[in-house]
Parts: sequence; C-alpha cells; structure tokens
Amino acid sequence: MENFALEISNLRKIYSGGTEALKGISLKVKEGDFYALLGPNGAGKSSTIGIIGTLVTKTSGTVKIFNHDIDHNVSIAKSVLGVVSQELNFSQFEKVIDIVTTQAGFYGITKSVAKPKVKMMLQRLGLWDKRNDQARTLSGGYKRRLMIAKALIHEPKLLILDEPTAGVDIELRREMWDFLKEINNNGTTIILTTHYLEEAEQLCRNIGIIDHGEIVVDTSMKDLLRRLDVQGFVLDLEEPLDEAPIIDGFELRLEDSLTLVTAVSKDSSINSLFSELNKIGVNVKSMRNESNRLEELFIEMIKK
Amino acid sequence: MNITNKKILITLWTLTSKEIRRFMRIWIQTLVPPAVTMSLYFVIFGSLIGPRIGEMDGFDYVQFMIPGLIMMSVITNSYANVVSSFYGVKFQKSIEELLISPMPHWAILLGFILGGVSRGVLVGIIVFCVSLIFYPEFEIVNLGLTLLVLVLTAVLFSLMGFINAIFADSFDDISVIPTFVLTPLIYLGGVFYSINILPEFWRQVSMANPMLYVVNTFREGMLGISDVSISFSLTMISIFIFIFTSLSLYLLHKGIGTRE
Repeated sequence: MENFALEISNLRKIYSGGTEALKGISLKVKEGDFYALLGPNGAGKSSTIGIIGTLVTKTSGTVKIFNHDIDHNVSIAKSVLGVVSQELNFSQFEKVIDIVTTQAGFYGITKSVAKPKVKMMLQRLGLWDKRNDQARTLSGGYKRRLMIAKALIHEPKLLILDEPTAGVDIELRREMWDFLKEINNNGTTIILTTHYLEEAEQLCRNIGIIDHGEIVVDTSMKDLLRRLDVQGFVLDLEEPLDEAPIIDGFELRLEDSLTLVTAVSKDSSINSLFSELNKIGVNVKSMRNESNRLEELFIEMIKK
Repeated sequence: MNITNKKILITLWTLTSKEIRRFMRIWIQTLVPPAVTMSLYFVIFGSLIGPRIGEMDGFDYVQFMIPGLIMMSVITNSYANVVSSFYGVKFQKSIEELLISPMPHWAILLGFILGGVSRGVLVGIIVFCVSLIFYPEFEIVNLGLTLLVLVLTAVLFSLMGFINAIFADSFDDISVIPTFVLTPLIYLGGVFYSINILPEFWRQVSMANPMLYVVNTFREGMLGISDVSISFSLTMISIFIFIFTSLSLYLLHKGIGTRE
C-alpha cells in the first residue's frame, strides 16, 4: 500500500467576502516525493498551504498529513509538518539563535536537546556566524535561510515551501536547491510553490497546477514535459536578412535582421531546418531555446 | 491521539520564558517607568500634599494611597504587556510560528497570560519597594489575601489585554481601551480616596465601577480596610476570569482575529 505524506479531498475555501478560493480540490502527495504546486497569482496555492498549516480555516473537505486528519489529530499532524511561508514570520528584534531555539521549544524540544540541532542547522545554512545578530539586521537572503532553519528544526517529515527563493540571488537560489535536494534524498517529502518554473523543473518529480481554485494538472514532471508538442528556438545569424526565409514545414519569423525565431514540432528535426537554411545561404552562428519549456506548458494549461 | 503532556509543558515554558525575556529585554520601557511615575505620585500626593489632606479612613494619606497605586501599576502593566505582545506577534506575523506548531490553544493563551502576570506582579513589587522609601514603617496586614488579589488582578487584566489584541487591527486599537476606559475607571476607582467621602449619589455610581472592587480588596489585604464586601469582590473577579478565559479560548478556536 502506498503511503501518502499529504491527502487532500474536496477542499473548499470561501472567504468572508464571498470569494471562492478553492473549489473542492483533491490532491495526493506520496511519501518521499518532491512535488511542485504551481499556479498564477490568486490561483489558490497560498490558501491551500494556509489550510494545511491551519493558518486558514477551511470551509469544507479533509486534509490528512501522514494519515493524521487535521480536524481530529491536529497536534500530531502539525508535529510532522514544517512550513516556510511566503512572508517573513519571525520576531525582527530577536537574535537568530534565539528564534530557532524558541521554534524548537514550540515543538516540545528542550533547550538542551535543541542546542546541538540548532548549531548544526545554522552551520548547514551558513547562519552560524550571524547567530547573535538581531533578525532585522540580516539581508533578504539570510532572512530566507532563517525561515528554512526555523521550519526544519523539529525535523518534519513533510516540508512545504511557499516561494522560498522569491527575491533571492542566483547563487543563493542554487545553494538552496542543493540543500533541498539533500533533505529530500534523506527522506523528507517536499512540496514547493514557486514562480520560477525552471526551479520546479530542476527539483520536482511530480507537479500539480492549480488555477481559479481548481487542480488542472496533477501528473509527473516527465509526463507533463512529454506533452510539449512544439519547442521554440532562437537562431542568431551570421549575416543580416531583410525578410524571413520561407521553408516548407517550418514557421520562421524575423525578430530583427540578425535574429530568426522558429517553432519546431516534435515530428520535425532541427537538422532539416539547418540544411534548408544552408541551401539558401543563411548561416546560423548560435542557437538557444526560445523560453523555458515548462513555462510554455504552464501558460497553455492555465489558458484552457 | 495527542502530543505528550511533557511536550506541552515544554511548549508552555518556551512561550512563557519568551514573554518574560521580551519585557526584561526592554526593561527601560517596561519596569522603570512605573517606578518613576509612582515615585512622583508619592512625592507630590504623599509627601507634599498628603500632610495637608490629613488622614483617610484612619490612615496617613500616603499609607492609604500605597495599595491603590500598586494596583494601578499592576492593572496597567499586565494589560499593556499582553495587548502589545500579542498584537505585536500578529503584526509581525510571528503568530504563525505558534499557530503552525502543535501547541494547544490553552497553552498559547496561558503562555501570554503568564507573561502578563509576571510583569504585573514584578511591577507591583517594584512599586511596593518604592513606597517603602516614602513610608518605611508600612506593614502588610494579610499577606495571603494581598498576594491572592495581586495575582488574580494580574490574570484578569492580562486576559482583557489578550481579548483587546485579538480584535485589534492597528496600533490605535491597542491604545483606545487603556486610555479611554481603563485609566478613568482606575482613577475613579478609589485609588486616591475612599468612596465614603463622596455624596450618596456618587457613592452609588462608584459602586458600578469594577476597579473599585479590585482596589479595595487589595487595600483590605494590605491595610485591613475596604469600602466593599471582600467575598463579593473575590467572587466577581473569579467569575470574570472564567468568562474572559472561555471567551479567549473560543476566539482562538474559531480563529477570530488570528486566522483567515
């Protein structure tokens, strides 16, 4: 029998103003999975995460974390859950080390037991040198690390990250990816929401797309990417052109005199395009993908 | 199935010690002002004007004022501690740390209340020590009753501060009740005078002021005199503690002011 880290069924949320944020969604995330939950702004991602973490009151439906219903076994369900919220949610005036130690205490971990764990966590996230700094003095990137340290200090079995790398520089984002891959490999189930689709493609094995309060896609990343019919390429030319050449089987458009853009279907070969271009004396200096593959799919999915 | 009682006690101690650490860290804002303000009351009303007033209910005026001024400090500080701390965690969103954790609601409430009680009682002791500078021969008549009323009052006003913070949406909302409700009621609640000096009509009006019962019960413990029935006062304080505790737990359970 498969074990699920998270089981959501028929989850609805209607806010007091009448907005229906979730229209009865159902979702299962397997134990050990690295799951991406994507969707445009206002789609219902944060409402879903808020309900799982009991920060938002659901209208109806059930949520189970490792088979513990949040209505009936809430304290056990919460003790195996860690959440990194989108917004900073720690006291800005406390020291980094106190924030993480206190968080451990909220999970029933004594100070003496927490001490070595806190040290290890702060060292792993590069925060040890800043342990005695007030949180408000940290840079944006370090504040994000502190949020992760706080969420992981009680060693949750399910970690939910709501846009953890928003506003973080590329180097730190890569570091965080490595860290998240490591803890996932060590057995922690991770659910990630992000607007960086490259991030989801790099990290996650399964994916759900939520739009207007409904799950429109729930599948494996491989399966989703397989659905991609067409890929866009940008070709940088050696010589300028006045107009786009006409070649059978390919749609070509000139972005500027030295840049040709094309869409190649799954059935066609890019090699045949190159040889046709060669024949008419158009030489390609370099080539790149028009945009992120997942991004195209994402836009296609939420348009439907 | 629930988390163990031992773990719940650890969560409770974590929150309580965090709350105590908070007001101790900002002691210049929390512990020093009551000592300074009350010293001024003792100098002006006790040493300068007091001798001209003479006795109040058979006691030197400064001696009569001491229980009232201690109560005034306990009420304002226990209330202020919880209302500002709980609204602060709401404002900074660090309340999420608590709501996401497995801490039961009663432990969250108790942690904040114990923080407020600690500050209220500590400030009460500080003001009492200050009063001994101005009236060194002061002796407490009934220590048990004094301590009981001290703690019950701090609990009651910490609970009121908690409820205020739950409904507060801005910093204005946490100052309205202390400024426009608590302060006038305290000043008119027998801190500076016995209601026996009032005309009959105003004496009856004063009987409707809940502060009068708190101040006079405490004065009974410290001096052995009161304008009101002690058993009635203790019963009313206990009933209000029960009502406000139930209301606070209901609000936390329903997520009013804390969850979306």
